[in-house]
Amino acid sequence: MQRQAAYMRRSLFDQEYLDEQFIQLEELQDDANPNFVEEVVNLYFTDSARFIRNIELALANGPYDFNKLDDMMYRFKGSSSSIGAKRVKSECSQFQEYCNQRNIEGCKRAFQGVKQEYATLKSKLDTYFQIAREAS
Amino acid sequence: MEKMANELHVLAVDDSHVDRKVIERLLKISSCKVTAVESGRRALQYLGLDGEKTSVGIDGLKVNLILTDYSMPGMTGYELLKKIKESSALSKIPVVIMSSEKILPRIDRCLEEGAEEFLLKPVKLSDVKRLRDFILRGEGDNEETEKKIKEGSSRKRKFHEDSSTQSMPSSLVTGHDIQSKPESSAASVSQQPLPKQPKIG
Repeated sequence: MQRQAAYMRRSLFDQEYLDEQFIQLEELQDDANPNFVEEVVNLYFTDSARFIRNIELALANGPYDFNKLDDMMYRFKGSSSSIGAKRVKSECSQFQEYCNQRNIEGCKRAFQGVKQEYATLKSKLDTYFQIAREAS
Repeated sequence: MEKMANELHVLAVDDSHVDRKVIERLLKISSCKVTAVESGRRALQYLGLDGEKTSVGIDGLKVNLILTDYSMPGMTGYELLKKIKESSALSKIPVVIMSSEKILPRIDRCLEEGAEEFLLKPVKLSDVKRLRDFILRGEGDNEETEKKIKEGSSRKRKFHEDSSTQSMPSSLVTGHDIQSKPESSAASVSQQPLPKQPKIG
């Protein structure tokens, strides 16, 4: 089980779902705070659900406020960055690029990318924490 | 009252839940007391600057450092910084700005307004430790430097009035002391030839 958890963790980094920041969080974990990383990630999931919902609503119909869209995505990107969500962060940047270009179709496409990467990451991390917990 | 080395109280300001949780942990690991709030307005309330009298005794928990995010809805970190520096009661508290964006004009503006430092997010443990050491040194040094300056002035007077040589603690003539208060007696004393320089361990 431990090997499985380690393997999964390794592949999350190799496939660039996660970056260095996730390791920074792991280093803040200790015997007194054994679930710190999972707690932060769960907080991220809760906040993300809200961010994504709000962006979805803002993209639903015009007139489109690109500054507001950019601002919302900036906050989601910030959270993603704080837990080391590398691929999600990259998709967020793409969305912000389209905001700068005032390209609403681009934004909508990029947003699909954001949601997809986020869903994949969430699924993998849920599995990883479950395995890690069972391994300890 | 002398502050113990591990009792820095930091007021952390960030609208992001995730970031607040992380910064709180970073600070606690670095042996700091933490108060984390979600907005500039809440920060001002806590510091007693918002005009409303709060029931909590603000002076009971002296804040040694304010660590604030730059981009926040409502009041930005920059606006919070300005308000703190404009307050005679609070302007001496060091303020550090955090941001995930490295925008040079923004950084300059914050530093010009009196921010101690600008940290790029995500903030690392090494950043926090460095900050803590810097603030601790500043706090300790101020008290010690003041004391030495006072000692220095009285000794200087003695030196001029009294022809017999006075032995000066070597620490009075360290580079640091001289740099911080160039007009002080420590600087002028160091220019005098001192036959005795006892090492004070």
